Amino acid sequence: MELFTNQVLSGIATGAIYACMALAVVMIYEAIDHLNFAQGEMAMFSTFAAWQFMQWGIPYWGAFVLSVVLSFAAGIAIERALFRPLGHASVLVQIAGFIALFAIINSVAGLIWDFTIKPFPTPFGSTPLLGGVISSHQAGMIAVTILLLGFLYVFFSFTRVGLAMRAAATMPESAKLVGVNVGWMIALGWGLAAAIGAIAGIMIAPVIFLEPNMMGGVLLYGFVGAVLGGLSSPAGAVAGGFIVGVLENLAGTYIPGVGNELKLPIALAMIIAVLVFKPNGLFGRVQVQRV
Amino acid sequence: MTASLNVRDLRAYYGQVQALHGLNFSLEEGSVTTLLGANGAGKTTTLRAICNMVRTTGTIEFDGKPITHMSTEHIVKLGIAQVPQGRGTFTRMNVEENLQLGAITRGDKAGIASDIERMYALFPVLKQRRTQQAGLLSGGEQQMLAVARALMLRPRVLLLDEPSFGLAPLVVRDVFKVLEQINRDDKVTILVVEQNAQLALELADQAYVIETGEIVQSGPAAEIASNEDIRKSYLGY
Ligand SMILES: Nc1ncnc2c1ncn2[C@@H]1O[C@H](COP(=O)(O)OP(=O)(O)OP(=O)(O)O)[C@@H](O)[C@H]1O
Ligand SMILES: [Mg+2]
Repeated sequence: MELFTNQVLSGIATGAIYACMALAVVMIYEAIDHLNFAQGEMAMFSTFAAWQFMQWGIPYWGAFVLSVVLSFAAGIAIERALFRPLGHASVLVQIAGFIALFAIINSVAGLIWDFTIKPFPTPFGSTPLLGGVISSHQAGMIAVTILLLGFLYVFFSFTRVGLAMRAAATMPESAKLVGVNVGWMIALGWGLAAAIGAIAGIMIAPVIFLEPNMMGGVLLYGFVGAVLGGLSSPAGAVAGGFIVGVLENLAGTYIPGVGNELKLPIALAMIIAVLVFKPNGLFGRVQVQRV
Repeated sequence: MTASLNVRDLRAYYGQVQALHGLNFSLEEGSVTTLLGANGAGKTTTLRAICNMVRTTGTIEFDGKPITHMSTEHIVKLGIAQVPQGRGTFTRMNVEENLQLGAITRGDKAGIASDIERMYALFPVLKQRRTQQAGLLSGGEQQMLAVARALMLRPRVLLLDEPSFGLAPLVVRDVFKVLEQINRDDKVTILVVEQNAQLALELADQAYVIETGEIVQSGPAAEIASNEDIRKSYLGY
């Protein structure tokens, strides 16, 4: 029983990170109908930036805030410089754009910080809590994610900018006709997604260590979470991220022979299963528009 | 009389296809103008052109200043609201959020709140549905929501694309009464595109008839309505 609780709780902790990545992916997907393959690399770069700031002597939370703010600005800059000009290009061109961004960020990070893995600090320590079923860092990851999700919920539900962003992402033509600057709202969405990714990267780095390929697996699980929850549903994507985290851990523990090596294929099998049986995801909306 | 909106030699293009062939018309300040014509004549394109949502040439002046090359959102901010064809409902948001979005360019919180109440008074059914997802409203309810959303801008010019579309006859009366009231009390200049020519001509001061992207008739609404030739050949009643 203790093993089960332990596996569920640490699944929720990593699931929180998948949930953040899933949410970042869905926010951009809603606006431009494409998956941002480079979301993980952007998060990785943000995490390296935070690490660099700490190397320069800035305390943890200062480095955290600085990295998140700079990531927000960089997200906006990437949209303005790269994806706005590609706005009317064909699907393949856009996908090539994402792959180029992925490759560029990955190699630049490798060039600056090289490919050896580095330890990353945690402000929460690693003392066992609740009789050892969860570590204090895992509890911290969950707490930070809940704070972040709460902030985003309030922002999108109750502020005018949040409302305008939702309008711009879902109904751009109508949004323009009420005076929303759709282009800037989408850029803001990129900024927020990048900031969310930065937080996810900084939180997961103490667990998986810092290196340029650290986010590959994480983003894949984020995609699984997003598909599972439904690409058209931010809340669903968050739930999907948590579910994937827990299932991943339970499968690794209880299904004989799975272990760590087979976790990823299981995640991919989940994507395919969901796409076959529930193409809109578990929480995705069926078309509600009347005809 | 001064022209609120003045349109000169307006041409519009969808790719290589030209949909408007040099329209000239103006909306007198505080008046109601109707734009009539058969399917495919270019009515919707004209409204889209005013808000720069289609490629155009020519000049459009609002209060004597050219708005031809302004972005859609900038034009809207000047006070030109549009009820688009297809209603433009924010389907995934609730009714009240749709109204909030109509006022998204405004800064006066108290004014917005009182205008929302005013819309609920004008369209009581929207009040009953205020927390319901707008995509689940009936077609007629969405049409009322579209008119209410446009009014939330407190527009100086209101462009409406077939506001009677999909509405029951009694509701059409209600909506047109609201338009008349808005025009009379708030001095909003109105341009209304309608299939229901008879109804539109009753409301309007001025009328234009458009055919394949060109204005073929124009004049005071009462004259157009009483001209049997025009009625028979263009308006079908
Ligand atoms: N998106 C588009 N792409 C290409 N051609 C278009 C497009 N929209 C309209 N057209 C063409 O432009 C012309 C004018 O269309 P428009 O929609 O303005 O007509 P309308 O008068 O509003 O008709 P209706 O009464 O049916 O709404 C038509 O010939 C139509 O085929
Ligand atoms: Mg039309």
